[in-house]
Amino acid sequence: MAATPPVRRKPSFGALALILLAVSWIGVVILAPLALVFVEALRKGLATYPEALADPDCQAAIALTCQVALIAVPLNACFGLAAAWCVTRFEFVGKTLILSLIDLPFSMSPVISGLVWVLVFGANGWFGPQLDRFGISLVFNVSGIVLATLLVTFPFVARELIPLMQQQGAEEEAAAVTLGAGGFDVFFRVSLPKIAWALLYGVLLCNARAMGEFGAVSVISGHVRGLTNTVPLHVEVLYNDYNFAAAFAVASLLAGLALVTLAAKSLLERRFAMEHTPHG
Amino acid sequence: MKTDSPPSRRALRWREPSVLPGFIPSFGFVVVYLSLIVLIPLAALVARPWERGIGGFLRTVTDARVVAALQLSFTSALLAALVSALMGLVTAWVLTRYDFPLRSLLDAAIDLPFALPTAVAGIALATLYGAHGWIGGRIEPLGLKIAYAPAGVFVALLIVGLPFVVRSVQPVLADFEAEAEEAALTLGAHPGQIANRVILPALAPALLSGFSLAFARAVGEYGSVIFIAGNMPMRSEIAPLLIITKLEQFDYAGAAAIGLVMLVLSFGSLLVLNRLQLALSRRGV
Repeated sequence: MAATPPVRRKPSFGALALILLAVSWIGVVILAPLALVFVEALRKGLATYPEALADPDCQAAIALTCQVALIAVPLNACFGLAAAWCVTRFEFVGKTLILSLIDLPFSMSPVISGLVWVLVFGANGWFGPQLDRFGISLVFNVSGIVLATLLVTFPFVARELIPLMQQQGAEEEAAAVTLGAGGFDVFFRVSLPKIAWALLYGVLLCNARAMGEFGAVSVISGHVRGLTNTVPLHVEVLYNDYNFAAAFAVASLLAGLALVTLAAKSLLERRFAMEHTPHG
Repeated sequence: MKTDSPPSRRALRWREPSVLPGFIPSFGFVVVYLSLIVLIPLAALVARPWERGIGGFLRTVTDARVVAALQLSFTSALLAALVSALMGLVTAWVLTRYDFPLRSLLDAAIDLPFALPTAVAGIALATLYGAHGWIGGRIEPLGLKIAYAPAGVFVALLIVGLPFVVRSVQPVLADFEAEAEEAALTLGAHPGQIANRVILPALAPALLSGFSLAFARAVGEYGSVIFIAGNMPMRSEIAPLLIITKLEQFDYAGAAAIGLVMLVLSFGSLLVLNRLQLALSRRGV
């Protein structure tokens, strides 16, 4: 969408008023909070950053967040690829059900996404006591955070790939198969190159959400500082301790991640648009 | 992909034959993954609220504090989605129809709430609208209190809703044939009539879908809201927070009950909105 040139018109008074209204709305609703994060982070100077980052709790939070993302994102990428292949290349009973399940997390509170895991694996959960007998606990530790993150972020890659692969159709794959290509050849040499950009974008979005997830993780983490606090939870702890400078410094790292994700998105969209314009 | 087998035989199959490989592994992986990650946890949400009987369930969800929290979550989500729909329409219109400096940068900024962690938005909003904030510091002397009041919930949900509406409406506006507008203009319609009779009917389904997405996201939103809301029971406490409170008291059935009610209410509203959208898109165009 970003690249479509607008219809040029002579700006009338009404048009100018509308533009002003829209720009101020974006400014107040989106840009002001974003700017505030960086301004507050730098209020006491750049020294806030090394100080905040030297905190062992902060380092532990960053390590945990990366660990969770490293597990959750590849799993969800595999799911996205499998789901997109299965849903766009075959006709079968139950397809609609799979598609609605993929849409489910978008209309489900993140808190519920955390809650359900506590209901299943918590101390009073379905399987909690049994697992506890073997000394296994799946909530209030890393595995719980991974489970909650998986539930919140599993649709992102699938949602990027499905519309694209639907639109591309399966003729080329079918042709490759008829010419004698095996399953792996078809996937890696015909399908994957066509969806590489969308896959990358889906992975980036999934990663941004996995690293930034707050509600679901907040329910299930147990909030043990230095042990089960992810970066967003660490921001909350710092903020609630009135350590605003550090809170905003760490928050600005997350905001930076969001900005990088968006920049990459615009870039990928442009690459994608270039590759798909005829004769270009 | 389709074979030439007669329809009567095809109707018996649960999937249509295809020359492409990989159905069994991909389908199997998807089914196992969805069962483990989505279906089993959801089954717990559906099954566990009833542990103290139907009476216990009803006592939990009719408790004054729970009702107040649900009311706050749903009414502020509804209001925020309505305002987002209106302002999102204006924003999408401006971004697709006019050219002005920084247009593409502003267009890219619309996606920010998708990528910005909610906790970051939350602490930024609480500071922005707080007594000493850029906005709060200017409006609190006028007697308007947003942070640590129910209005804070509404304001926080505006950031959540905007991108959904803009991104639903924008493609329709971009594709919308200026021809239809021009035809109406040559036939003597004035701009107000064009907006009402030509543009809105074509836009309505997309706008409604953006509104539904914004509403659904806003109802369950947690991170952006809790820092600015103040979280006073009966006044500015949202339903997702109450779920966490119940869990901290090890009241699993109570937490599950509130979660289930939220889920049923939001799916119910989404179902109604979907029907409405279908009806609109059949009537329009």
